[in-house]
Amino acid sequence: MVKARLAAAADATNEIGMIGRGLVGVFLLLTLAASHAGVLPDDRADVLYHLYDGGGVEIDGPSVLVRKKAGKSMSFVGNYYVDMISSASIDVVTTASPYTEERTQWSLGMDYLHGNTTMRVGYTSSVESDFDANSYSFSVSQDLFGDLTTLTLSYGLGDDLVRSSVDETFEEPLDRQIYGLGITQILTRNLISTLNIETITEEGYLNNPYRVVRYADPLSATGYSFEPELYPNTRTSNAVGLRLRYFLPYRAAIEGEYRFFTDTWDIESHTAAVMYIHPWRDWTFTGKFRYYDQTGAHFYRDLFARSQETNFRGRDKELSPLTSHTFTLQAAYEFIRDDGVATGGFIKRAKITASLNALSVDYDDFSDLTAQALIGEEPLYQLDANIFQLYFSFFY
Amino acid sequence: MAKTVSDIARILLPVLVVVTLTGCGNIEPWVKPYERDKLADPIMALDGDPISTAYIQHVYEAREAAKGGEGAVGGGCGCN
Repeated sequence: MVKARLAAAADATNEIGMIGRGLVGVFLLLTLAASHAGVLPDDRADVLYHLYDGGGVEIDGPSVLVRKKAGKSMSFVGNYYVDMISSASIDVVTTASPYTEERTQWSLGMDYLHGNTTMRVGYTSSVESDFDANSYSFSVSQDLFGDLTTLTLSYGLGDDLVRSSVDETFEEPLDRQIYGLGITQILTRNLISTLNIETITEEGYLNNPYRVVRYADPLSATGYSFEPELYPNTRTSNAVGLRLRYFLPYRAAIEGEYRFFTDTWDIESHTAAVMYIHPWRDWTFTGKFRYYDQTGAHFYRDLFARSQETNFRGRDKELSPLTSHTFTLQAAYEFIRDDGVATGGFIKRAKITASLNALSVDYDDFSDLTAQALIGEEPLYQLDANIFQLYFSFFY
Repeated sequence: MAKTVSDIARILLPVLVVVTLTGCGNIEPWVKPYERDKLADPIMALDGDPISTAYIQHVYEAREAAKGGEGAVGGGCGCN
């Protein structure tokens, strides 16, 4: 069974290599057909405060993004991001102790425009006390057919190191490769679409070193005991996402979104969202509803029948079958308008945005052990979280 | 899984080849540049606030098994 899965993963990787080579060839042909000039992203600076509060977890911190052109063909971007975590989540209170943690992330990137081709390189470093992540990305975009179509091919490489705060000798690598294809298409004078296809292969330590699985244990007073989880060390996933945005007959926009995801751990998910954007004077109001549903991983159990029942074992609630709903309300106020005159010194336009997401997750096979019920009769866990963002954006 | 990747390749490659071959010809854009005023409105920007999009994608990736298909490359965890 396991060999069959690993063989399937290897086959998938070979297929991806063939697809990649084919796409590169096709892309070189497309590059030869180049004829129009593309555009670089606008110069801007954003300062954001974020807050996540739900399920006993509070995460907040700043994020600062600065983008600036250098000459007519280059644009540089940098991002500094911090998560300050205070966690007493369901996983933590049932098997460990509450903790605080900080994650700091730096990103640097460069866009280079030549004719209607844009090349991007990026590097991201994320550091926390027990997890280091380094990501490298490269992409090429080509505007085609009078700029009606933008085709993007991307490749990313992740080089992570997983450690444990309770075992100083523990250190395991995790490698990741990301292959992406994106097509943005103007369909009519009111309708634009974007299709993104992404394949991710991961190899290495995919467990969480702190998480445990639960198994029936007649010798325990509760009727169950815990043991470390054990995941496969490879995972390949495919995701296809489509978004369509339509300019309504009055000045407002509506967007529909769908994504399908599948992986070698037998997880399948569907994501659907609808969004409405309504400007009014110097304000822009946005409302969004997002629905998400997934099946569980093949090695996931809420309660194993005995210790080491299966080769791979997991009780990570994110791998359980679950359904989530998110309602979003957002308001943006433009306090410096782009009327051709730089009123705020060199700043052409500026806005402040506040956004609130109400996230609700229903786990279909993850029991709430804090309920202290008899084994097998525990209620299912349910998570409600509020996600708040406040940010200033300056365009210059 | 291999079948899924193979299916995607079978659908995608012919489409790209057709697009490529026709691209080498002379396709007339059916929406002219002067007809794109509505599409140029900021409310039609597909990623008008990348700093916010990246944050919310990270929130979802930490709480759901699915990732990708949204046009971004990220890293890190912060997800316990």
